[in-house]
Amino acid sequence: MTTQAISVPRPEAGLGDVSRSRFGAVLRAEWTKFRSVRGWVIGMILAALLTIFIGVFAAANASIGCAFNGGPQKTGKACVPYVPHGPGGEVVTDSFSFVRQPLTGNGSITARVTALTGEHANLSAGPAQVGNGNTVPGLTAWAKAGIIIKQSTHQGSAYAAMMVTGSHGVRMQDNYTGDIAGMPGSVSAARPRWLRLTRSGDTITGYESADGTHWTQVGAVQLAGLPSTVQVGMFATSPNYIVTQNSFGGDSSNSGPAQATGVFDHVGLTGATPGTWAGTTIGGGGPAGGPGTFGGRGSAPYSRNGGTFTVTGSGDIAPVTTGPGAGLPTVTIEQSLAGAFLGLIAMVTVAAMFFGTEYRRGLIRTTLAATPRRGAVLAAKAVVIGAAAFVTGLVAAVVSIAVGVPKEENQGQVLLTVPVLTEVRVIVGTAAVLALAAVFAVALGAILRRSAAAITIAVVIVIVPFLLSAARIVPAGVGAWLLRLTPAAGLAIEQSIPRYPQVTTVTAPVQGYYPLSPYAGLAVLCLWVVAALALALVMLRRRDA
Amino acid sequence: MNAATQAQPAAALAPAATRGAGLRYALHAEWTKLRTVPGPAWLLLGAVALTIAGSAAAVGATHCPQDLTCPADTTKLSLVGVQFGQAVVAILAVLTITNEYGSGMIRTSLAAMPNRLAVLAAKAILLAALVLVAGAVAVFGSVLAGHLILPGHGFTAARGFHPVWLSYGPTLRAACGSVLYLGLIALMSLGVAVIVRDSAVSIGVVLALLYLFPIVLAFVGNAHWQHRLERWTPTIAGLTIQTTTGLRNLVISPWGGLGVLGIWAAAAMILGALALRLRDV
Repeated sequence: MTTQAISVPRPEAGLGDVSRSRFGAVLRAEWTKFRSVRGWVIGMILAALLTIFIGVFAAANASIGCAFNGGPQKTGKACVPYVPHGPGGEVVTDSFSFVRQPLTGNGSITARVTALTGEHANLSAGPAQVGNGNTVPGLTAWAKAGIIIKQSTHQGSAYAAMMVTGSHGVRMQDNYTGDIAGMPGSVSAARPRWLRLTRSGDTITGYESADGTHWTQVGAVQLAGLPSTVQVGMFATSPNYIVTQNSFGGDSSNSGPAQATGVFDHVGLTGATPGTWAGTTIGGGGPAGGPGTFGGRGSAPYSRNGGTFTVTGSGDIAPVTTGPGAGLPTVTIEQSLAGAFLGLIAMVTVAAMFFGTEYRRGLIRTTLAATPRRGAVLAAKAVVIGAAAFVTGLVAAVVSIAVGVPKEENQGQVLLTVPVLTEVRVIVGTAAVLALAAVFAVALGAILRRSAAAITIAVVIVIVPFLLSAARIVPAGVGAWLLRLTPAAGLAIEQSIPRYPQVTTVTAPVQGYYPLSPYAGLAVLCLWVVAALALALVMLRRRDA
Repeated sequence: MNAATQAQPAAALAPAATRGAGLRYALHAEWTKLRTVPGPAWLLLGAVALTIAGSAAAVGATHCPQDLTCPADTTKLSLVGVQFGQAVVAILAVLTITNEYGSGMIRTSLAAMPNRLAVLAAKAILLAALVLVAGAVAVFGSVLAGHLILPGHGFTAARGFHPVWLSYGPTLRAACGSVLYLGLIALMSLGVAVIVRDSAVSIGVVLALLYLFPIVLAFVGNAHWQHRLERWTPTIAGLTIQTTTGLRNLVISPWGGLGVLGIWAAAAMILGALALRLRDV
């Protein structure tokens, strides 16, 4: 292959220019090859149409029915319960017992917590309701009691709170998603926790202390647009008690209601307040008591004995996620993208043929004679097919989401809305996964010189790990490792609902949770693609066409 | 294709052959084609290795701790590798016919053997036989892996798990059924390939048939569609043959499910045969 070098006289002179324009020419040649084979263009269009069709089909049939609400069977949005949205736009749970009074202007609240106790359903004794006797004492990990400054008594309004929790120590949380750790350890009469929140304009600062004298700042948060009059006070709540079998299956879980009781004293307020306390249950989050339904109107949300307040509540102040922790049927935007798997098969087929066909027809000899720099041929093919797959995938993903998501919403499920930037990441990420898979198939086509084998490897290595873990064919632990190590890790870019540490739920692949973060997952896929391209380059250079 | 020269004796004999002898000559010719190129042997070996490796990896990574109940179907888990092995079987089946279209060899084959259905039948018989033999080895290896590994990982008879071995009726049924499953996947793939004629497009279509429906099922919560998908799609229905626990909850019986895959394979082969008969090559 040394003879071809003759056609490049004086490589020193303007090397950059020459090689760039040459690469441009190779790129144009490969683009011409791609667009002039009608089957490949049809294949790409078909990939987009099938992606949209399957995605919208899956979205329109994602429903698990409308029976959860009880009563007569309803359809459509009629059976979606009211769900509040937090200041960040996400769906939230906002249910708790609140002992409060209004605070106008700047001020602070201080309280000492001397006990946090709770009870939850006795899951080993069949169906249970807190309050009907079939309960056992115990705290859920994220049972919480503490002090809170909240915009209003409306569900979903902005807040900042200092709290003690079941097993995560003192926390400062704000606006449902914010979570800052304070001192660890559980609370008791012997080891009380002093909590303080101060408001200064839009800034709320949280402090903690073990003795009421030495204070440590836990965090300071901005609550944009906080009105001049806010509600301050004490709260208690507890999310459902969930038992999961993480070691096998991961998707087998059992949950029942729970409630938490906090005991407060040394309650002090500064600032303009009326000085009288009122008890309110926010979002039906009072103590359990009524038969049949948990969180019904039972006993009062709090009792007072001199300076000691005892507050009992249930529910949670947290974002809603997928899985049994949500307590209601949820659906995510990425469920409209199920069709991308079919699109991927079609695109991988076209991509593998893009290289494989040249070997079968012998065109590769002409190609390599015209462009002796084999790396440039590989790069040009990768760029052309990657760009084509990306654009096709982008169009398909946008249409799938635009058409599919309203259909998901219309079946009595709560759509877990996400910020616009997250939605953009999911859509562009899906297109990127398709483009990377196509480039991967081009590299495999160059390595194997056989389209069929390249297609099979690319499809099996990307799709089957997802299938095995998402369709519960292998145990959750095995599935998680498959989704860390194989190219299927890249699908993590589609996960729209993050894994919130402050919410207990089942975070298995089948619930839409990937073991890696979105960009780490995409990086794993990129590594596979880079490795395949490198191997393809070595093989192309070493082999005689 | 070195096989071209090998097929010549059969071509010379074909005009004189009676109808009954046609299939015999076709089988001989196809067998010569298959054994004289290295591809099929490697693919069969790959299918066996991938099946056993996938199954062994799955059972090796599964533990049942002492204090938990594990809702596991140990037989089904031991046969997970079939999910991988079927892809290699599909390649072999597709290439059996598309290689001839790709190289133009098909013209020689059909000129030598004007009875086109005999050519297809010979291919199908040989392919099915080879896949059944390789599938038996692969499935036996998978069962052996489950038998040896699972008891050490907490899936003991004392805790109510049947040993994964062929002496247990449901496991024997699942194992034999999995071998037949691979054979039917091969025939379905061959039928698709005869219709499509291009290796890459055929493999794309076959892989979509194998893997798309289970993925759609994972996303669809609508009970009616779940039922339809579980009952009527080739791989979901076909793989119910591997189920040994919770048989009452199945929407289709194990043999019924394999029968559904049989219908898919038969439909693909019939359409393929029609296409081969009616088309000009």
